[in-house]
Amino acid sequence: MSDIKLVDAPAGVEGAGFFATSIDKAVGMARANSLWPLPFATSCCGIEFMATMSPHYDLARFGAERLSFSPRQADLLMVMGTISKKMGPVLRQVYLQMAEPRWVMAVGACASSGGIFDTYSVLQGIDEVIPVDVYVPGCPPRPEAIIDGFMDIQKLVRSETGRRRNEPKYQELLASYGIQ
Amino acid sequence: MGKITNEELLKKIGDQFPDQFTVIGEPFGLLTIETTRENITAILSFLKADAVLQFIYLTDITGIHFPGAERQIGVIYHLHSLVNNVRIRLKVFLNDGDVHIPTATTIWDGANWMERETYDLFGVIFDGHPDLRRILNVDDMTAFPMRKEFPLEDPNRVDKKDYFFGR
Repeated sequence: MSDIKLVDAPAGVEGAGFFATSIDKAVGMARANSLWPLPFATSCCGIEFMATMSPHYDLARFGAERLSFSPRQADLLMVMGTISKKMGPVLRQVYLQMAEPRWVMAVGACASSGGIFDTYSVLQGIDEVIPVDVYVPGCPPRPEAIIDGFMDIQKLVRSETGRRRNEPKYQELLASYGIQ
Repeated sequence: MGKITNEELLKKIGDQFPDQFTVIGEPFGLLTIETTRENITAILSFLKADAVLQFIYLTDITGIHFPGAERQIGVIYHLHSLVNNVRIRLKVFLNDGDVHIPTATTIWDGANWMERETYDLFGVIFDGHPDLRRILNVDDMTAFPMRKEFPLEDPNRVDKKDYFFGR
């Protein structure tokens, strides 16, 4: 007997032979359960991410089976590790190459705030160059913490409107980073 | 133990370059001499080319900064004679306003990146270097971060501000 769990349908109106909901909710549900992460792993948090992807923790349970190593196809940029100032423009370029909708997760102390590297050569958090949706604390965070952060991203994806890109608030945010 | 003792090594250099260097000491058995930028190229070339000494391996070029000293910026060469299993260290100190020294890329090609690194971090200008640009830091950096007056910590850091700790 298989015990595969299916995602619950979003709230909607149900009747004999039909089900009605808003397109945002349906699209959000589909997106949240088929995120393609782009692992931008530069140091030890990347090792934890490898454990997260492995069968023991199995990030694939959340629909993130397929890692995308091309930013063009990725939905979620997972920045894991220390980003030096010289790496900053590279990270920004990767973010710019991602197509909308796109989300960013800063995994670990270094990506979130510079961590122990309070020094002239290290970026003090990737939010100096790109907007971040979810921060995962830890040095490095355990795979459970990374999965928790990933589930927070899923919550965001589920609840966002389909046209987040056109919202003034979002465009203002991008403009504050000098994007578009 | 090396095939050549430090005394023999010192004698060979002393015969070739009388009064053109001073001996600093032998910390941990590593012979250390100080010379000037006028003599450094000749001494390095001699150490490499001499048939007995054969210091063919340039281990490292690095810098040091002593603020307040008369000659603040030092350039330090580490050489290794693989045949004799002997090492030597050479130091050249420069005035802060005039940090020029002849390049060692004419002797070892491997000096290229070492000198770029020393330029990047200490601002030492190696005259005659084929491509003296920054190598580790971002290209638009204006300071030389390993100098003591440069603050180590990043000014953009916010989570160490006093008000987070009730100060």
